[in-house]
Amino acid sequence: MAEITYREALRRALREEMQRDPTVVIWGEDVVAYAGGGAYGVTAGLAKEFPGRVRDTPIAEEAIVGVGIGAAMGGMRPVCEIMTVNFALVAWDQIVNHAAKQSHMFNGQIKVPMVIRTPNGHGRTAATHSQNFDAWFASIPSLKVVAPATPYDAKGLLKSAIRDDDPVVFLEHLQLYSTRGEVPDEEYLVPIGEADYKRRGAHLTIVTWGRMTIESLKAAQVLAQEGIEVEIVDLRTLRPLDYALALESVRKTHRVIVVEEGWRTGGLGAEIAATLQEIAFNELDAPIARVAGLEVPMPYAKNLERATLPFAEDVVAAARAMMHNEY
Amino acid sequence: MDKDELIYMYRQMLLIRVFEERSAEMYAKAKIAGFLHLYNGQEAIAVGAVSALNPDDEIVVNYRDHGWALARGCSARAVMAELFGRADGTTGGRGGSMHLVDVKRHFWGGYAIVGGHLPLAVGLAVAAQYLKTGRVTLCSMGDGSTNIGTFHAALNWAKLWNAPIIFLVENNQYAMGTSYDVHSAVPMLQKAAGYNMYAEEVDGMDVMAVREAVCRAAERARRGEGPSFLNAVTYRFRGHSMADPDVQRDKQEIAAWRQRDPIPRFADEVLLKQNLLTEADLQAIRKSVEEEVEDAIAFADKSPEPSLDTLYDYIYMQPVSNMQIGGSLMRPPKTIGRLSATSNGRG
Ligand SMILES: Cc1ncc(C[n+]2csc(CCOP(=O)(O)OP(=O)(O)O)c2C)c(N)n1
Ligand SMILES: [Mg+2]
Repeated sequence: MAEITYREALRRALREEMQRDPTVVIWGEDVVAYAGGGAYGVTAGLAKEFPGRVRDTPIAEEAIVGVGIGAAMGGMRPVCEIMTVNFALVAWDQIVNHAAKQSHMFNGQIKVPMVIRTPNGHGRTAATHSQNFDAWFASIPSLKVVAPATPYDAKGLLKSAIRDDDPVVFLEHLQLYSTRGEVPDEEYLVPIGEADYKRRGAHLTIVTWGRMTIESLKAAQVLAQEGIEVEIVDLRTLRPLDYALALESVRKTHRVIVVEEGWRTGGLGAEIAATLQEIAFNELDAPIARVAGLEVPMPYAKNLERATLPFAEDVVAAARAMMHNEY
Repeated sequence: MDKDELIYMYRQMLLIRVFEERSAEMYAKAKIAGFLHLYNGQEAIAVGAVSALNPDDEIVVNYRDHGWALARGCSARAVMAELFGRADGTTGGRGGSMHLVDVKRHFWGGYAIVGGHLPLAVGLAVAAQYLKTGRVTLCSMGDGSTNIGTFHAALNWAKLWNAPIIFLVENNQYAMGTSYDVHSAVPMLQKAAGYNMYAEEVDGMDVMAVREAVCRAAERARRGEGPSFLNAVTYRFRGHSMADPDVQRDKQEIAAWRQRDPIPRFADEVLLKQNLLTEADLQAIRKSVEEEVEDAIAFADKSPEPSLDTLYDYIYMQPVSNMQIGGSLMRPPKTIGRLSATSNGRG
C-alpha cells in the first residue's frame, strides 16, 4: 500500500483501464500538450504510453462532450476531460439533452458508456472560474454523478465509471489533486452508488462529499476536543444517492448537518434534508442544518472569496449550534 | 500622422510591457493570485487598434486584458489595484485580472469563458446599429477561440445582420499548449471566408499595420458595409499564464519571435528613423513609464481590501423587496455565520 496523490490515483485508474480495454481513449483540451499533460497534470505521460489514444481537442466543449457521446454510441469508451467544471456549461446541452437522454428515450437501444471528468475548485479565479454545479448534475435523471474525496475513492470510482455503461459525470476537485492517501497496489473497484463512513461518532451526522468531506474531517477533530463526536457520511456518488447509509447514521445520532460547497438555494443539501425528514422525521432531534456557499458570483478579492466559501470553521460553528440547541 | 500621437503609442506599448513585467513580479510575491495572463509580445495589437477607434467605439476582449485596459486609458493604478484585489481596482477587486472593465471608456470588459463574449459583442454592434449611435464594436479574441460554437454563430449573425463589428483575432498561434495546426483544420482567413466576410491578415507585431487595418475595418463599418475580420499574427513572449511552465513551445521559435518585438521595432523603424526622438528621449520615456508603474504598485498596495459589507452589492441592479440574503428568500443562515450581511438596497 502506497501513499499517493489524488492526481496520481486518477492517472493510475486511467492507465489501468486503458491497458485493460483498447476502446478507452482520453480526449480534452491540452490533455497532451500543456505542461506535459493536462491543465492540472492528471493525464501527464499517458499520451506517450498510449499512442493515438490521448488527444488534444479544439476548445469546443459542446463538441468534446458531443463527439464523446457519439463515439460511445459507436462502440468506444471515451473519457472526456473538461478543463474545469465552469466550461461544462458550454456543453450543458450535450450533457442534458443528449448524454442523459439516449438510453431511456430510445427505449434501451442506445447506450452511452462515457465519462466526463471535470474538476470543481477555486483559488482566486473569480466568478466565472470558481463555481460548483454538483446539485445541477445530480438532478438529472439518467446521469450518474460521482465526486470522490480521497485518492482511494478517486481511483476505485474512476475505474468503475469507465466500465459503466451509462454516462458518468466525474467531479474532481482542484483543492484535492495534491492531497495524499493510501491506495492499494492491487486492483480494486469502488462501486458507483455507495456512500462511505469517513469517521464514526455518536452525536451528530454530517452528510457531505468532495472537498467538504475533507473540511468536515478537520472540523471533526476540533469538535472531538469539545466532546462532540461527529459521524461523517461521505456520499461519494451524488446520483443515484445512497440514502441507506445516511439513514443508518441518523438513526444513531438523530442530528444531521448537510455540508456542501455550492450555493445553498436549490443545493443538494436542500434535497437531502427534505428526503431525510420525509423518511426519518421521527428520528430527528433537531432541524436538519445546512452549511453551504454564500449566494454570490465568487469575488476575486481574498477576503471576499474567503467569506463566500465554506470551510471547516463553518462546519464547527454549525455543529456547536446544533449541539447547543441553537437553531 | 501627428508626432505626439506616435510617441504616445510607443509609450503605451512600453507601459503595457513594464506593467506586465512588474505584475509577474507581484504574482511571484503573492500580491496577485489566481490566473494572470500577460500580454507581453502582443502590445502592438491593443495599442494599434485603440488608436484607430473613436473613444466611444465599443471594445470587448478576452481575459488577456491588461493591455487593452491600459491602451483604452484605464490608469495603471486602477488596473494594478484590481490585480491586487483591492477596493480601488477597476471592479473594486471583484473581477480580478481576467475581468477588467471600464464602461465609461466603452471598454466592456475582459471575458474568461473562451468564446463567451463574441455574441455579446455582436449584440453591442446590433444595438449601435439599431440606435444609430454610429459606434463600431471591436471584439478581440485568441486563435483558440475560433473553434467554439459561439464563434461561428457570432460571425454568421454579424454578417447576416450587417453588424458594425470588427472581429480581431490575436493569433498568437497557441491555445495554452495546443498549437494552431492541432486545434484548427483550416487557415484562419478561411474561417471568415466561410461567412463571406471581409477579412485581412495583419502583422500583429507592427503597431502601424494594426492601426491601419483597424481603421479600414472601422470605416467599412461606419459606411454600413458590415463586419470585418482581422487575423493579427502575433506571439506571446511568456507562458499562457503565470501557471504555465511554457515547456511545450520550441525555444528557438520563442527566440525568433522575440527578435520581432513590436516595441523596439517601432522605435527603430519609425521614431528614430524619422528623427522624431533621440535615444535619450527613449530613455526618458522608459524612466517615466517605470515610475508610473512603480507608483501604481505603491497605490495598489495601500488600497484597502473591499469591505465585507459589499459582498452582496449589485447581485441585482434593481432591488427586490423582502430580500434577505443574496437573492435567496431563506433567513440568513447563521450556520454560515461569519457574515451576518443582510442587504436591501443594491441587493
Ligand atoms: C469555454 C472555455 N474552455 C476552456 C477554457 C480554458 N482556457 C482558458 S484560455 C484557453 C486558451 C485560449 O487560447 P486562445 O483563444 O488562443 O487565447 P490566448 O490565451 O492565446 O490569448 C483555454 C483553453 C476557458 N476559459 N473557456
Ligand atoms: Mg492563442
